[in-house]
Amino acid sequence: MSTDQNILVKLNDAGLQLNNKWLVKGVSLQVEKGKIVTLIGPNGSGKSTTAKIALGIYKKIDGSVEKYTNKVGYVPQKISIDWTLPLRVNDFMMLTESLNKETIDEALSLTGVIHLKDKNLGDLSGGEFQRVLLARAISKKPDLLVLDEPVQGVDFTGEIALYELIKKISDELSCGILLISHDLHTVMSATDHVVCLNGHVCCSGSPMDVAKNNEYKALFGEQASQILSRYQHKHDHIHTDEGEIKKN
Amino acid sequence: MFDDFFIRALVAGIGVAFVTGPLGCFVIWRRLSYFGDTLAHSALLGVTLAFTMEFNIAISVFVISSMIALILIQLQKKTNLPGDALLGLLAHSSLAVGLVVIGFLTFIRFDIMGLLFGDILAVSVNDLLIIWIGGAFILLTLKFIWKPLFASTVNYELAEAEGLNPDRAKAIFTILMAAIIAISIKMVGLLLITGMLIIPAAMARNLSSSPQSMVIYSIIGGLLSVIIGLFTSLEFNTSSGPSIITAALLLFILSLFKIKQSIKLKN
Repeated sequence: MSTDQNILVKLNDAGLQLNNKWLVKGVSLQVEKGKIVTLIGPNGSGKSTTAKIALGIYKKIDGSVEKYTNKVGYVPQKISIDWTLPLRVNDFMMLTESLNKETIDEALSLTGVIHLKDKNLGDLSGGEFQRVLLARAISKKPDLLVLDEPVQGVDFTGEIALYELIKKISDELSCGILLISHDLHTVMSATDHVVCLNGHVCCSGSPMDVAKNNEYKALFGEQASQILSRYQHKHDHIHTDEGEIKKN
Repeated sequence: MFDDFFIRALVAGIGVAFVTGPLGCFVIWRRLSYFGDTLAHSALLGVTLAFTMEFNIAISVFVISSMIALILIQLQKKTNLPGDALLGLLAHSSLAVGLVVIGFLTFIRFDIMGLLFGDILAVSVNDLLIIWIGGAFILLTLKFIWKPLFASTVNYELAEAEGLNPDRAKAIFTILMAAIIAISIKMVGLLLITGMLIIPAAMARNLSSSPQSMVIYSIIGGLLSVIIGLFTSLEFNTSSGPSIITAALLLFILSLFKIKQSIKLKN
């Protein structure tokens, strides 16, 4: 079906409307093998929604999604697990796929949480749990990794190490990664393609192209275009309830 | 060997416990205890249908319970009422309608107490076949859908994103719930079936640290409850259902001591 063998997932003018309000609209992007595509944008700009559309979690969407792989690893932004379930880290690692001990140990070691293997999932700290989530997603050696703010709550040195790990995984497994991140430093250094969202695609392209883009500057501030992680949000337009965009 | 009514009841109860163990864990994990109750209450309609049409009780209960589950799903989609209100509506109205219909069927002698609370005298060799064959079928199906069902119990979006089809697993599980009610109604009675699902599983939760061990403890708890309950029922001439559930409750209370110890150790 695919003309390009390397495409893992492709969104064609995709959007999602809930209660007559557009969460995100008109997103076209594609993730290829071995490439990292990063979604950036302010809160509520539809980053997580776009990721979920790409994953096929939403059924009634506008436009279309073409997914060419079923080997997917997902790290959701927020996950509500019922702690009344008796669930150890080891059980959680095998949640969606049965893995052998070596594979589990390897993945947990990579994210630095092998010592927590027999701990109850409910006893982990936020950062520890985040590392387990990432380990689970990479352990099944997926073709496509979707990481929604994968290092939230992780300490500073861990954050850098995990981003390096993500880059390494993308090279070694040659899997495609759809990354959502607030860290513009990382985005600009390790990403192949950046999509800047604000309810719609503001701009997209290589990190350098995006940094030079006027809409990006307007959204993140002049300094961000000099690849600084200053996070500032200026609207150059407003969104009506129908999802229309009006320039100020 | 199956000539003795008590042996029949024992074999039937053991068969039921093997199936309620794992299913009960999912009822607790997915917070479905009231849902189970609703399906069980609707079983009375199934029983009356079986009597009027001279049909097998287990099959007609299964059909009616599945229909109630379908109606519930439709009502959830089409109304703005909260889930528990819809469950209550269906549970009590189907129980009421069932009792009214029984009132009209004056030409048939009903053992209402037996229907509500179980009757070990009523277990026939035919029932044994239904329990063991139906039970094996339920367990095999559950094994087949275990991964998607468990994964979506932990987190729906993860299961959906990673291609496990949780909606199908959920639909199949609903059918399994109707099936377990159908095969265990004679044993435990329709008012107490949910107890048989929940109490051994709740006891197991107090003792276990992984999902697999919870399932195993739940089965063991169910088996002990059935055996102790049935012997009590024989000895003191009490209804089988309440005897089994009381035994399960005692086991649950015992399991609380274990949980106290482990919490003390943690602190």
